[in-house]
Amino acid sequence: MYAWIWRHLPGPWPVRGLLAALLAAAVVVLLFTIVFPWAEHSLPFLDVTVDQ
Amino acid sequence: MIRTAVRGLGELFITAGLVVLLFVTYQLVWTNYEAHRAADQVADDIRDDWTRPPRGTTEAPAARSVMTGQGFAFLHIPQLGNRWSVPVVEGVELPDLARGVGHYPETARPGQVGNFAVAGHRATNGEPFAALDQLHKGDVVVAETRGRWFTYVVDRTRIVAPDATWVLDPVPGKPNATPTQRLLTLTTCNPRWASYERLIVFGHLLESRSKADGPPAALDGDGGDA
Repeated sequence: MYAWIWRHLPGPWPVRGLLAALLAAAVVVLLFTIVFPWAEHSLPFLDVTVDQ
Repeated sequence: MIRTAVRGLGELFITAGLVVLLFVTYQLVWTNYEAHRAADQVADDIRDDWTRPPRGTTEAPAARSVMTGQGFAFLHIPQLGNRWSVPVVEGVELPDLARGVGHYPETARPGQVGNFAVAGHRATNGEPFAALDQLHKGDVVVAETRGRWFTYVVDRTRIVAPDATWVLDPVPGKPNATPTQRLLTLTTCNPRWASYERLIVFGHLLESRSKADGPPAALDGDGGDA
């Protein structure tokens, strides 16, 4: 998977390295802003109120 | 062919492991960082608001309504740390609780006759009530509003079921009673890293003093600057 991505990134290796780092950063941002806040709701830590 | 498949599978597992590690970091570090930053912002907004003359009526604070999500007071609990101070936000939905502790909208306001009820996170998202189990009979909880300090003293703590809404009653456990006392109820999850129960702290008002008279002795004079 990672080898495949590396082969398909354009340019010489410094450019590829930069693009790969940007890709990784984008994935982390996506996880922290959308995926993790969503996944958090299936954990019990947020239930602190009494309700019906 | 097989080699490629095995390598792909291995990469997938390593990636899944990294994502789980990232999620743990998100829960234990990032949500607290974000919640503390948001609470600081709410605290600044409240202090700012208090430097301006009050809007609307100058009657008892009860006469002024607070919008959901808006900060309107502070809780200080010396037992949880000399500088333990968290803004109280109107509402107990998750966006409210992510910015401080939340006031149950249908309950009394600080210092009022009835039950001033507040919920807070005990794990992640700022976890203001992380050590709420350290509160015992006789400890004080100070609510600071625009004009007054309300010092509550803890009467007892209880572990209850998640649907035990009786703890929010004006007189807890007596839904039809007319309140005469000024009470306090704090709620959070129990056990800390699960939540099949709720930890409840009950208290009653010990002292009400004007801001002009300075902070109550329980705060050693340094609780006012959040």
